[in-house]
Amino acid sequence: MTAPQPSATTVFYRNIRWLRFVDRFGRKGQTTLEYIGYLAELAGQVFVGVVTRPFYRLELLKQLDEIGVKSVSITGITAFSTGMVLALQTAYSLSAFGGKLFVGRVVALSLVRELGPVLTALMVGGRVGSGITAELGSMTVTEQVDALRSMAISPERRLVVPRVLATVFMMPVLTALADLLGILGGLGIAITELQMTVQDYLGSIWQQLQISDIMSGLGKTFFFGFEIAVIGCANGLRVEGGAASVGVATTRTVVLASICVLVSDFFLTKLFLAI
Amino acid sequence: MSTAAATPLQPETAPETVVEFKDVWKRYGNKEILAGVNLKINRGEVLCVLGPSGTGKSVTIRHINGLTQPDEGDVFVFGKSVVGLTEEQLTPVRQRTAMLFQGGALFDSMNVEQNIAFPVVEHTDKPPEEVTRIVAEKLGMVGLPGIQKKMPSELSGGMRKRVALARSIALEPEIILYDEPTTGLDPVSSEKIAQLIKDLNIRLKITSVVVTHDVVMARTVADRVAFLHQGRFQFVGTFSAAARSTQPILQDYFRAMGFPCGTGMVPVVREN
Repeated sequence: MTAPQPSATTVFYRNIRWLRFVDRFGRKGQTTLEYIGYLAELAGQVFVGVVTRPFYRLELLKQLDEIGVKSVSITGITAFSTGMVLALQTAYSLSAFGGKLFVGRVVALSLVRELGPVLTALMVGGRVGSGITAELGSMTVTEQVDALRSMAISPERRLVVPRVLATVFMMPVLTALADLLGILGGLGIAITELQMTVQDYLGSIWQQLQISDIMSGLGKTFFFGFEIAVIGCANGLRVEGGAASVGVATTRTVVLASICVLVSDFFLTKLFLAI
Repeated sequence: MSTAAATPLQPETAPETVVEFKDVWKRYGNKEILAGVNLKINRGEVLCVLGPSGTGKSVTIRHINGLTQPDEGDVFVFGKSVVGLTEEQLTPVRQRTAMLFQGGALFDSMNVEQNIAFPVVEHTDKPPEEVTRIVAEKLGMVGLPGIQKKMPSELSGGMRKRVALARSIALEPEIILYDEPTTGLDPVSSEKIAQLIKDLNIRLKITSVVVTHDVVMARTVADRVAFLHQGRFQFVGTFSAAARSTQPILQDYFRAMGFPCGTGMVPVVREN
């Protein structure tokens, strides 16, 4: 006995469901492509804004303070505690092989090449990226961005360029500081918990750490800073509606900036290893 | 010596058109906001754009300074089309126009003085003393002298709008676009804003386009009113003509606003 054939109406509705799915998928894809296009356009405007007048030096200085100086504590604490944990874990893992003397170089290499830049970028992405989106988002919904445009002042030059430049400039500085504090955190554990001397700890770092390690770690941070700031600004300027939309955009910035940092880290690591 | 002084009687000429909408269409998604709008705005007049909420009054005036681009049609400002121009190409038009936004749109991070000085500093090379003088002068014109150091958060809604108005006139524009200037204000503050709009129009000869649904204000300030409904201007003319109109949609609107019209119950209005 064969199964009953579905009626024409059932087939019609089944096809409609498929069409709706394809339509929804298509719309989502279109929105994503539009967003990527907007990010690229904004990035292009930043490049043009960096090399052509007008320059907003005072705004840049303000953002250097806002984005850089005010992020020192959060990135410093993160790096310091990470250095301590790393020293403890490394000593625990290597003690079976009598490798406690390698703690310094493992901590330093891990921090300088990878953890310092990535953790700093994630912290800055959370603090600065969300802050930029919230600020520009609220300016957008209260028509302050339109007010700038109506005064023949480009919001991209006035608001976006200083923020992107400040983040790009400050990311390597914050990372260098994070590297240093992380190594100091590891030193604290090496002395107090592992009974190592300062000379042993720093000596092993000095022997192992190369300039290329530092440069590859710091080199990545320029890209991370650029990604975080452009995403933060783009999401802020694209806010539509009211305060709730600002909240949604802020969350989106943190998520997207974190993903971008982690994914691009892989490609940048490969790039710097090849150089 | 000016030639005007030598000729005592000038023949009356047609008013100069500073803004012209030609068959402008605008859609948002599936919703048609403007459906073939045609309108001419003359130099020096106060034109009030009336109409129910959500009919596209604000969208209409945002076409004038290029904040919104039409899907079809053309908008001419000072005789030149502003459609399809880049942000940089729009700069000359935007330097000659100003816009007062619904909430004032004062910059939160700046005090009153910095807000008003902002367009002057950005677009001119005036020395700081001159900028300070301009700020004080404009604040005096809107009746708020001495509040230079206050932050926007310290101001009431009406004061914010007046400071925003002072910022709008800082560069002495030829056209000011007012987007719902009295919305959310008490009657006294609304009256002050309306008086300011009229004063600026008379003293500085500024062309004013006022988007509002405040019929009382329109009666006070408008040389002409344009009634927008279903994407088109259903009526353009003087306020008294609008109030006497027998068009059902205008009658309904005026009646809803407390101005019964077309039935012999027209309140006393100023003839323009």
